[in-house]
Amino acid sequence: MSDVCNNQTRILEVKDLFVSFTEEKSSLFDKKKKIDVLNGISFDMYEGEIVGLVGESGCGKSTLAKSILGLNKITKGDIIHYSQYPQMIFQDPYNSLNPSKTIEFILEESLKNLTKLNVEERRQKAKKRLEQVGLDDHYLIHKPGELSGGQRQRVCIANALMLDPKLLIADEPVSALDVTIQAQIIKLLAGLQKELGLSILFISHDLRVVYELCDRVMIMKDGKIIEDGTVDEVYRNPQTDYTKQLLLSAGIM
Amino acid sequence: MKILKKIVSSILVVLVVSTLVFVAFSVIPGDPAVAKLGTMATPEQLENLRQAMGLTDPLPVRYVHWVLGVLQGDFGTSYSYGIPVTDLIADKLPVTVTMAIISMFIMIVLAVVLAIYSAYHEHSLLGRAIGVINQVIMSIPPFFGGIIITLIFGLTFKLFSPGGYISYDINLGKFIGYMIWPAIAIALPKASMAYSLLLSGLIGEKKKDYVRTAYSRGNSSKAVFYRHILKNACIPVITFLGMAFADMIAGTLVIEQVFGIPGLGMILLTSIQNRDYPVVEAIIVCIAVLVIFSNLLVDILYKVVDPRTR
Repeated sequence: MSDVCNNQTRILEVKDLFVSFTEEKSSLFDKKKKIDVLNGISFDMYEGEIVGLVGESGCGKSTLAKSILGLNKITKGDIIHYSQYPQMIFQDPYNSLNPSKTIEFILEESLKNLTKLNVEERRQKAKKRLEQVGLDDHYLIHKPGELSGGQRQRVCIANALMLDPKLLIADEPVSALDVTIQAQIIKLLAGLQKELGLSILFISHDLRVVYELCDRVMIMKDGKIIEDGTVDEVYRNPQTDYTKQLLLSAGIM
Repeated sequence: MKILKKIVSSILVVLVVSTLVFVAFSVIPGDPAVAKLGTMATPEQLENLRQAMGLTDPLPVRYVHWVLGVLQGDFGTSYSYGIPVTDLIADKLPVTVTMAIISMFIMIVLAVVLAIYSAYHEHSLLGRAIGVINQVIMSIPPFFGGIIITLIFGLTFKLFSPGGYISYDINLGKFIGYMIWPAIAIALPKASMAYSLLLSGLIGEKKKDYVRTAYSRGNSSKAVFYRHILKNACIPVITFLGMAFADMIAGTLVIEQVFGIPGLGMILLTSIQNRDYPVVEAIIVCIAVLVIFSNLLVDILYKVVDPRTR
């Protein structure tokens, strides 16, 4: 484990986390199959840091993200949050917004559910968040179908920020977007992190983006974290062959 | 604007249907005069009757004459009943329409309630059982379902008297009581189709990413289901409802025979046998208008509900 940031406040603690799924039986005579996705994951996150989580597809990155937010059942282990309402930004901005609701409804729903703000206060907050992600407040009356991919991802980010979370989990937030938009969204996330003092768990398979954005990086393989350290440490002096391979294939080493 | 276009094209379709019907009945063999007077009538008698019926005019003249009449709400006089066709249909149309509407209502309620239950309890025993029963019901044609309903609810449990009928202008409540059973027979197979469609829609929507996002906004699973999933899953079903309504109107004509209800279907059959063209033409135009109107309604509803077609 790296000892960076040890003098800072912890915001998330994951201790010895195991997650496995049982496959649904597709026919009456199938045996239930158990698939281990996460095999003992432990790490801490501290206030104000951006942590990159890198690994090939299928290694359990998204499952880890969902487990942290309580979106799937964990088999064993502990997840301790030191902040309220951690939020997530999903990979696909086209499907992660309900096509039949207006942006205003989408943004304000969490406030309706979990706060005591009145209509006017909710709208003001939605407008403020839209502005912070670089969108005009006239988008409030639109539906997701009328927006471009980049705009939708901005709405998703605004949506994630509505409850003033301290911890944000971004699950490959730019991989469905084209390159110029990717750069804009990365810049936006970096800006918001500074402005709001967020901690971001940034899941990606793009080592270059992680290098630009993150303070710390964790490399994941087969449901385990095999390397964890500052970006400089890991990129300059990778400890495992797998990380070396990743860096080589990304053309960094 | 698009809706205006639809309305205009709907009117054109009615026009084309009416023309085809008129031409078809003028071309197919059979003579209304012979049908009325019998084969023993003398040629003079037949000729006189044909003249009186206006059958001696050339086809285009008769067609224009008929269309002008229809535009004024006059479908001519029935050859065999001797009364204006409009009166004849105005008397029977409510039977068909009531039955179709009740049937539609039963179908929607059954499909929506059961599909929601099954989607909510996807892997429960009852949910699976509904799925199996659904497969069986889907394959029961209405006339056979009608016979079984008569046997079980009419003859065994005596909930209605088979073959009985009370007109809507005598006792509306009892009339509806008689309408419900044939309506169920028509509704069941359609309901099971709507159920399958809605269920697969619901399960498909449940897996979409926006559902996760909705959960992350602090919604309970109930709120996610009713506020987010249900409406989106209903959109493809609306198209089906339009087609189902058209089918149901056609279905009423058949099921009337099973339950012995004197509606449009009964007059349609006797009128075809008697070569009573004005009646047949009027009924077919009426049904065409109902079908086209229900499709138009679906198009409008679709525009209102679906965010993507706006």
